Amino acid sequence: MVPLYWYVLLSAVLFTIGIVGVLSRRNIFIILMSIELMLNAANINLIAFSHYLQNLTGQIFVIFVITVAAAEAAVALALIILLARNRGTVYVDEFNLLKG
Amino acid sequence: MLKYMLIPLLPFTGFLIAGLFGKYLKERAATVAVAGVFGSFVFSVSALIDVLGGTLIDENLYSWITIGSLNISVGFQIDQLTVVMLMVVTTLSTLIHIYSIGYMHGDKGFARFFAYLELFTFFMLVLVMANNFLLMFVGWEGVGLCSYLLIGFWYEKKSASDAGIKAFVVNRVGDFGFVLGMMLIFVTFGTLDFTEVFKAVSTPAAAQTIDLLGIEMSVITLICLLLFVGATGKSAQIPLYVWLPDAMEGPTPVSALIHAATMVTAGVFMVARCAPLFILSHTAMNVVAVVGGVTAIFAATIGLVQNDIKRVIAYSTISQLGYMFLGLGVGAFAAGIFHLTTHAFFKGLLFLASGSVIHALSGEQDMRKMGSLRSKIKITYWVFIFGTLALTGIFPFAGFFSKDEILWSVYGSNRALWVVGVIGALMTAFYSFRLIFLTFYGKSRIDHEVEHHVHESPKIMTVPLMILAFFSITIGWIGIPGALISHINVFGEFLAPVFPAAHHGGEESRLLEIGLMIFSVVVALAGWRLAYVLYVKKTSVPDAIAEKFKGIYDLLLNKYRVDEVYNYIFVDGLVHKLAKFLHTTGDVKIIDGFINWSAAAIGRTSEQGRKLQTGFIQEYAFIMGLGFVVLMGLYYVMK
Repeated sequence: MVPLYWYVLLSAVLFTIGIVGVLSRRNIFIILMSIELMLNAANINLIAFSHYLQNLTGQIFVIFVITVAAAEAAVALALIILLARNRGTVYVDEFNLLKG
Repeated sequence: MLKYMLIPLLPFTGFLIAGLFGKYLKERAATVAVAGVFGSFVFSVSALIDVLGGTLIDENLYSWITIGSLNISVGFQIDQLTVVMLMVVTTLSTLIHIYSIGYMHGDKGFARFFAYLELFTFFMLVLVMANNFLLMFVGWEGVGLCSYLLIGFWYEKKSASDAGIKAFVVNRVGDFGFVLGMMLIFVTFGTLDFTEVFKAVSTPAAAQTIDLLGIEMSVITLICLLLFVGATGKSAQIPLYVWLPDAMEGPTPVSALIHAATMVTAGVFMVARCAPLFILSHTAMNVVAVVGGVTAIFAATIGLVQNDIKRVIAYSTISQLGYMFLGLGVGAFAAGIFHLTTHAFFKGLLFLASGSVIHALSGEQDMRKMGSLRSKIKITYWVFIFGTLALTGIFPFAGFFSKDEILWSVYGSNRALWVVGVIGALMTAFYSFRLIFLTFYGKSRIDHEVEHHVHESPKIMTVPLMILAFFSITIGWIGIPGALISHINVFGEFLAPVFPAAHHGGEESRLLEIGLMIFSVVVALAGWRLAYVLYVKKTSVPDAIAEKFKGIYDLLLNKYRVDEVYNYIFVDGLVHKLAKFLHTTGDVKIIDGFINWSAAAIGRTSEQGRKLQTGFIQEYAFIMGLGFVVLMGLYYVMK
């Protein structure tokens, strides 16, 4: 058997990469992808524990998460399109109307 | 009790009617006013009869202020001293009201004048009838207010309104001392009621001493000195006399009533009322006597050279008030009050008579433009003579008995002050007869157009004059001293229960007393003769003397330039410069500066805080995450 902590570690690493991506990437699509990556890292964590604890609850919850992630990606892309049309750019450091 | 309440209330009602409805009443306002004071006079006579019969009143009408331990009521005290003052005030007020009907005829403020006179009479009566310090102070302030209103009666004339303000402000300075004295009385004795305070002077509370700026003095001395400061303001003594000569800007009846007979005597009355306090303090008595004596001679010297007829009489008033305080200061309280009474009549007469002269000359007040009026306004001339004879203290007129009693008491206490008093009497005689000779004798120096209109005053003015002249002759006779005719000093014995006993000489001093009386008459006659020589016989001599002693003459004519000094120190220096300094430095620099600085500081802080808002969302997300991590860390540390 693959030890549990390998999956948890993988999940943690992926999550961290996702966070770093969200906080430091300029392109808004990459930020969106990083958010998806964070969600999937959580999914891996859930599956690992579900297999380890022989409990189906984790896998069911993962189905929910994937659904939500998909819906959220659709909405996010729609917003990005509007944003890009309005501001003429996809680089987040150029969205500075709130700058005081 | 009701009839005593009416004594002040009738004039007050007169004030309300004349004040509110004067516009519609016009000339009839005078009738209302005279009715008010005459009613007051009638009830005062009734009070006098009661007191003569032995009834003394000290009753509270209602409780006015009750704060903690401070209980002050509105109440009246009617004893011998009060009825003397009541008679003086109401008699003179009535006569002057009647006189004013003639004098103020045609003036557009006719009703207003009578309203103010009534209000003044009301406050003066409150002052003399009060049975506690605070109520007396209400009257005290009220007469000061009315003095301001009446001096500045012709308010469109700048000098008149300035004089009114000057009177009120100088009075206020004195009042400050009075209030401090009152507060000290309350702190020491716990009460402001006269009877209670005077009873409490023998308790240990009264024997306290206070350390003031390094000098240790008894609390009673301090109280008396502070009260006396108030008296110097109200009764025009040094150093707060400067308002009285300027007060001559007011109509002459005002000068007669307020600045000769009643308001200025309030200070004398107050010191006499507080006699039980004053006799306990040698320091305070000495201060009173010295200030009185110095003022008496100081004012007399100024009066010697003045050219305005009213100013001479004004300085004479200041001088005579000095005599009253001199008497009080050596313990002769009854003598001081006696002089107050006689002075009220003859000085009131002199002022009203001078008003008659001014009226006859269509407003001329400069004596250098008068002369030879003796035959033209006979009644005025004769009443003037009687008033002057009374003032200068010539036997058997009123002023002789009162002034002599003061000088006799002073002789027994303080030789130096007696000399001062005698010199003052010499000067009094001189300037009084100088006034008569310049005004009524000699060649006419009157302007030609004015001379055509010279006429005697109407009966409504001359009858009060004649009544006052009658009193100037006779009122002294109620106080003929025991030295002359035994047991006839009705006045002195009448007031004896009020004042702590002053010592009286024995039989061997009787000759001395008569000797001094003759001496003072001789002094007065000498002053008369000197004035006669200088102003009737050799009329060129006064100008020659003025030229030769130009320095002194200028000093006296300009009233020792005291007004200029006060102006320089207080008005220009203290008020203008201090106020200006406080404004530019205190107000603008410090207060406004602080407010502007604090507003700017907020601005600077927010400038720095602004930098947190970059508009960069990833940075916001980063800080949120950081905050979350910190909180989690804190959570685990706390656990």
